Amino acid sequence: MVTESDVAHIAILADIGISREELAEFTGQFNAILDYFDLLDQVEAEERPEAEQTNIFRDDEVVPSLTPDAVLENAGESEDGYIRAPKVM
Amino acid sequence: MGTLAFDADDRWNAFVTICRNAEHGDGPLAGVPVAVKDNISTAGIQTTCGSAILEGYLPPYDAHAVSLLKAAGAAIVGKTNMDEFGMGTTTESSAFGPTTNPVNVAHVPGGSSGGSAAAVASGMVPMALGTDTGGSIRCPAAFCGIVGLKPTYGRVSRYGLIAYANSLEGIGPMAGNVTDVSRLFSVIAGKDPRDATSIDRPYTHTPSSEIRGMRIGVPAEFFGEGVDDSVAETVRTAIGDLEGLGAEIVECSMPSMKYALAAYYVTCTSEASSNLARFDGIRYGPGNESKRSWHDAYQEHRRERFGAEVRRRIMLGTFALSAGYYGKYYSKAQAARTNVREDFARLFRDVDVIAGPTMPTTAFALGEKTDPLSMYLADILTVPANLAGVPAISVPCGDVGGLPVGLQIIGRHCEEERIVDTAFAYEGVRK
Repeated sequence: MVTESDVAHIAILADIGISREELAEFTGQFNAILDYFDLLDQVEAEERPEAEQTNIFRDDEVVPSLTPDAVLENAGESEDGYIRAPKVM
Repeated sequence: MGTLAFDADDRWNAFVTICRNAEHGDGPLAGVPVAVKDNISTAGIQTTCGSAILEGYLPPYDAHAVSLLKAAGAAIVGKTNMDEFGMGTTTESSAFGPTTNPVNVAHVPGGSSGGSAAAVASGMVPMALGTDTGGSIRCPAAFCGIVGLKPTYGRVSRYGLIAYANSLEGIGPMAGNVTDVSRLFSVIAGKDPRDATSIDRPYTHTPSSEIRGMRIGVPAEFFGEGVDDSVAETVRTAIGDLEGLGAEIVECSMPSMKYALAAYYVTCTSEASSNLARFDGIRYGPGNESKRSWHDAYQEHRRERFGAEVRRRIMLGTFALSAGYYGKYYSKAQAARTNVREDFARLFRDVDVIAGPTMPTTAFALGEKTDPLSMYLADILTVPANLAGVPAISVPCGDVGGLPVGLQIIGRHCEEERIVDTAFAYEGVRK
């Protein structure tokens, strides 16, 4: 069972804003979905590595990339060739 | 080279963006109008993923599949509506309004490639690209009465597909008939070094209706709880038609189906929580207000611009991956996923393809599904193929109450040719 305060905490971890009015509805839906996920408790096998899995390597070649202008085209705000972001501290 | 004037009247809200004058080249699809789902990047054409958070975003490059379409001469006539970021089974969760089903506009077209399916089913375009993470090509194909193919994982490059659950999803063809699906698939399949999971298996097949001696497995679980009786009967009749063409029907069982849906939703929400972290309003989409602190601005932006289902899945995934619950959810989901793969491998030692319904019911009425869990349960028959990465096709096989029913045919890895032939053979007897 997750509580409204659990859901509010998850929203902070996920950087998803959630309003007070939405909390009750989200919590109810969360609990119904997590109840269903509890089916997985019955799966006995532990996670196993896939035998055929291998790393895929490629040569580290320099290839043409996007121009700085193309990269900045969709940015909300830019300054001196950089993307402007909200302050972190 | 030329320009195609695309003057279709979109009464179904199938498109988010329409390109009225579409350029095209020469090649096997010269001048053929093709619609592209709006989570596949198209240079200079708005690509939104059905979300307000990407409204106005103009990708600076083409997805690999789009480059191949252009090289084949196709005219890209627009970007089709979809459930926001591919999350949904109805195409009602788009920020640009729901698409309706051309067969009956009181019903949903299915999702999440509902716009692509409606664009084809309405006759606006002969073929379209969709994407399938848990059934998003096959579901709308079934609900709208068209053909949709989910390829083997990796057979079509995901470069330029805006990621939602990258271990499950892929781009695939949708069209009004099997031949066109096969034609479109031959254009987009093949190796791309920019996608590390891409496999070197081009597709050059011409559909054949010769299926004598083919062994078709029919798992009991595909006709289990929740599957509408009339849908089950319609699909059983279709499988009987395949038997009439000389195929051998083998009743079988897939015990891992019991856990497949939960494993799917834990996996896709976990991947979504990571993949969708990039949508912060800083680098693309409508800008964020940079005067406030990062987290305040970021949280508020995502609350305002993501829809409820996207926020729900990001939060569910964050929870499933959190320290105390990883073992209970994510780790178990991966074990269940391995069981699904092993079940398919076991069945495919004995049969050539597996057949059953694509969806447990016909298309829902618009607004009918309001509870997320009941919506998730509708995906029970399509998610196993995504968990295992095997190819699957949905082909129309009749109507129930005036709404189309889809026959799903699932094959071994990289054996699209075989499921295409089975679907083509069925299409031939049904006509």
